[in-house]
Amino acid sequence: MATEIDERAERKAVARRFEAERPRIEFGTAWEYAPAPEAADIVSIEKRENLFINGKFVPARSGKVFETINPATEGVLSEVAEGGAADIDAAVRAAEEAHRKRWSRLKPAERGKYLYRIARLMQEKSRELAVLETINGGKPIKESRDVDVPLAIAHFFYHAGWADKLEYAFPRHRVSSIGVCGQIIPWNFPLLMAAWKIAPALAAGNTVVLKPAETTPLTSLALARIFQEADLPPGVVNIVPGAGETGAQLVNHPRVRKVAFTGSTEVGKLIQRAIAGSGKRLSLELGGKAANIVFEDAAIDQAVEGIVNGIYFNQGHVCCAGSRLLVQESVAERVIQKLKLRIETLRVGDPMDKNTDVGAINSRMQLDKIRELVACGVEEGALLHQSSCALPAKGFFFPPTFFSEVAQSHRIAREEIFGPVLAVMTFRTPDEAVEKANNIPYGLSAGVWTDKGSKIFQITSKMRAGVVWANTFNKFDPASPFGGYKESGFGREGGMHGLRAYVELS
Amino acid sequence: MSALPSLLDLSRVPPVDQVGIEERAAGLARRSIKKEAKRAGIRLAMSMLDLTTLEGKDSEGKVRQLCRKAIRPLPGDPTVPHVAAICVYPNFVAIAKDALFGSGVKVASVATGFPAGQVPLPVKLDETRRAVSAGADEIDMVIDRGAFLSGEYDRVTEEILAVKEACGAAHLKVILETGELETYDNVRRASDLAMAAGADFIKTSTGKVTPAATPPVVLVMLEAIRDHYLATGRRVGMKPAGGIKTSKQALHLLVLVKETLGDAWLTPDLFRIGASTLANDLLMQLAKESTGRYQNEDYFTKD
Amino acid sequence: MTAKGRGSEKGIRATRGSETAAVLRGQLDRDSGIGGLGIRKTYKLYVGGEFIRTESGRADAVESPRGALLANISRGSRKDLREAVRKARAAQPGWAARSAYNKGQILYRMAEMLEGRVDGFEKLLRDGRGLTPAAARREVRASIDRLVHYAGWSDKFTALLGTVNPVASSYFDFSVPEAMGVVGIVAPNAPDLLGLVTHLAPVLVAGNTTVVLVSEKHPLASLEFAEVLATSDLPAGVANLISGRREELVPHLARHMDVQAISDAGGDIALSKLLARDAAVNVKRVRGYELRDYQSDDAQGLDFIEAFVEIKTTWHPIGV
Repeated sequence: MATEIDERAERKAVARRFEAERPRIEFGTAWEYAPAPEAADIVSIEKRENLFINGKFVPARSGKVFETINPATEGVLSEVAEGGAADIDAAVRAAEEAHRKRWSRLKPAERGKYLYRIARLMQEKSRELAVLETINGGKPIKESRDVDVPLAIAHFFYHAGWADKLEYAFPRHRVSSIGVCGQIIPWNFPLLMAAWKIAPALAAGNTVVLKPAETTPLTSLALARIFQEADLPPGVVNIVPGAGETGAQLVNHPRVRKVAFTGSTEVGKLIQRAIAGSGKRLSLELGGKAANIVFEDAAIDQAVEGIVNGIYFNQGHVCCAGSRLLVQESVAERVIQKLKLRIETLRVGDPMDKNTDVGAINSRMQLDKIRELVACGVEEGALLHQSSCALPAKGFFFPPTFFSEVAQSHRIAREEIFGPVLAVMTFRTPDEAVEKANNIPYGLSAGVWTDKGSKIFQITSKMRAGVVWANTFNKFDPASPFGGYKESGFGREGGMHGLRAYVELS
Repeated sequence: MSALPSLLDLSRVPPVDQVGIEERAAGLARRSIKKEAKRAGIRLAMSMLDLTTLEGKDSEGKVRQLCRKAIRPLPGDPTVPHVAAICVYPNFVAIAKDALFGSGVKVASVATGFPAGQVPLPVKLDETRRAVSAGADEIDMVIDRGAFLSGEYDRVTEEILAVKEACGAAHLKVILETGELETYDNVRRASDLAMAAGADFIKTSTGKVTPAATPPVVLVMLEAIRDHYLATGRRVGMKPAGGIKTSKQALHLLVLVKETLGDAWLTPDLFRIGASTLANDLLMQLAKESTGRYQNEDYFTKD
Repeated sequence: MTAKGRGSEKGIRATRGSETAAVLRGQLDRDSGIGGLGIRKTYKLYVGGEFIRTESGRADAVESPRGALLANISRGSRKDLREAVRKARAAQPGWAARSAYNKGQILYRMAEMLEGRVDGFEKLLRDGRGLTPAAARREVRASIDRLVHYAGWSDKFTALLGTVNPVASSYFDFSVPEAMGVVGIVAPNAPDLLGLVTHLAPVLVAGNTTVVLVSEKHPLASLEFAEVLATSDLPAGVANLISGRREELVPHLARHMDVQAISDAGGDIALSKLLARDAAVNVKRVRGYELRDYQSDDAQGLDFIEAFVEIKTTWHPIGV
């Protein structure tokens, strides 16, 4: 027994020596980037932000407010009116009236022109929107500027063109609008999700009451100002910030004809139950735990980029994040080595710095949840790898992290962490990869990496997921339908299929 | 002789996805290099420059002028370092060697039937030996792209091995002429092949073919160098050349190096930039950084 | 609604020994025609390609509108349902992977098999629902036509529901419909045969496998239809038919974690609401149907297929 232990210790020592002598790549300070902060003074945030109902900014009837902060500094940005039942009722009634009297009667092409106008105004204010998004949500300015805002604008442009072409999308049907849409959006892509929800709803002739997430109301309210500037008729879009209770009031309001929700699977199920039998239409875009499958014949360096983009983009606060990596055993060591190197070059810190790759975690609550699950991964015996980057003293930050030696049964391999934490597992054959990838109640997205064309078609077709990225990851476009299988929800957003959720066919 | 199998297992060369590599290179192009980082980066780029003249009309006078520029790029400002090397045709090696004596600037000579490489191997070897004996510190050879593209990898490898031997103590840079290889897969394969055959540096282009040193091509080669280092422990240098005219491009290249290979490669020993007109743009940007004024080219010497 | 209360309705009732004997007596005389004693059919569940009795051993009597006993049928249990879902799950990938052409051939084969048994089905509809000969004939003809209609859809709906999406980057991006998986169908009480075919065919043609709760009041034609399924080259487990009581079975179907969607044409508002609530347990897709006229061409078409497909979007870089 003793000799066995000695032998093991000896083997470990050899392995350590070998590791120490292995060629190393150091990402140090030989040439450092200077701070490159985006100017924040381009935005002016009101001390008190109000609800946007019937074309006007109004305080909550209850007078209630909540604070919204910058998660990178924990500083308070503004006090925001918290919508209650009376406010939701006023907003829904305004939306209903706007639908009945104006919006649904407007010539479709005219509706489209409003959307085009909104898109143009957003373009003009794109820098301001990007800064606001980053200040309020913690995401790197690079992403707000290059991804969130341009995509949000593109969604308005795209749907503007559909307004007068709906009959072409649904041949043999008479197409009409549904009525008031109650829309609830999450905090991970505040402006982009608002655009995903509002643009198709308006294009199809519906009116909207939107509830932004509690922690990120500011860009939705900035969008409201753009609607005012665009002379959008009062009541067509109403924005009522608040927390879960405000959302529940919206969902349960009897005059809401359609509910669209993006958020957790848990809340999605509650909504599905709540409106059962009400005749309300529903679309759900819920959680995910996507697998990124890397085959041995993949373009490995691009796969590593895809893995990094899949899990560290937006701090991993992405429902379709590639949070599980399934890598073929023959290349697992290489991929893990490259991943270790790559996370060292991710620049973590001030979201307003133009060189920051990973910004602030959206809230303390989310940070606590990430910490808890990472601790759980360690406890369950997975091997932790973490970037050695320094984290800012203030604000909510978490270093890019991944676990190797993860088993399917680990919590970190099954639960949506919604943070920059990746679980790495291995497989030997394509069948095993497919089986493991699908072995999860979610089905939002998946990634497949291989250089072999025929393999791509087979593996992607076997993925039980609504969006499959082959040799890429986390790509979005308004023309491309997005949405899940299984417990990741139903209905699509974007593309021709996305329109279906906002039209009444007869 | 079939040297290849023992040197390089082609089946282990990873494929490269075009869209993926281009996105990554474009992503790194969005790094914001400001203030001190910009000044340091420009000085670093200057120290890595292979100041080049490779024209039919090259003359002794031209080469001597260029050598003066190489030693002292900005007369009156000693904080601006000399460039890494002068790159000339073999005929001018002795002249450059003489003009650069004691300066620390190295002499690089193209050889092996530059730029096409379509001459018999003995001629290539003879040209190499002559350049070395004339004093060249570095030899920039071209590979036989025709042979490479028709799958004669053994022949390409054997030529590199032979030229390497002919170089003796001189450093060998192997030019892949990526613009003619066309695909990133080919660039990766040629990079791995050149490194396996003993290249001290791999270099993108002759400067006579476009496209040349595009950022994604450079990134593919840097990744090949990284993988070669991790597998063998040998550090191979990198030299993008062709079409690099602006400071912005040069800084972008440094970003690629910094974030792919790390600190060890941020030195003229392992990273060079081949260019003929870049130097003045570096100087103009440096002046702009220190004075805050945008510059006019007539204030900088053209040699 | 209790079993006892239901027993008093026309159509179906729980079988109890002595009473059954009495009811059957009148029927026996009619059955013994020229050749002697008629052979009665035992109607069973159709699960995994086999005709099985309910594991519960329970039976319900099916009566004609005038109260004559027509047959005793299996009163399917939750365990039967569980078994049916298991078989449907096992059969699903294989069925979805069949070529569209092959699926179309099989649906057309179903029409052929039904055509060959027109007389028998007409009689079941006349006896079971009291339809006139003309009405019974119309329903069987419409059922055949509906199968033919969907046979033709198999290799076409993908082109109409799929898109190529012009994204603003160097990717080839396309969306295609795929099967949802296992779909539960709550068939209408009437029209029993045409209702079954109307809701079954589009679900099958989309590549789903199914567990159908057949008409509770008039189950005989549906159970007879299982024989059409069994002889149409439809792989075992693709369509499973369960007879029995809705209020007993629907909650288990709605809460089953291995059922992805439900086509609810049961027509019972309270039960539908319950179903819709319980379906949230695994975010089931629920499509409710209240079709006024099953004979109409509006009761068929692409929309019925679209309701039971998922849209999958695939991105791939365009490069060399």
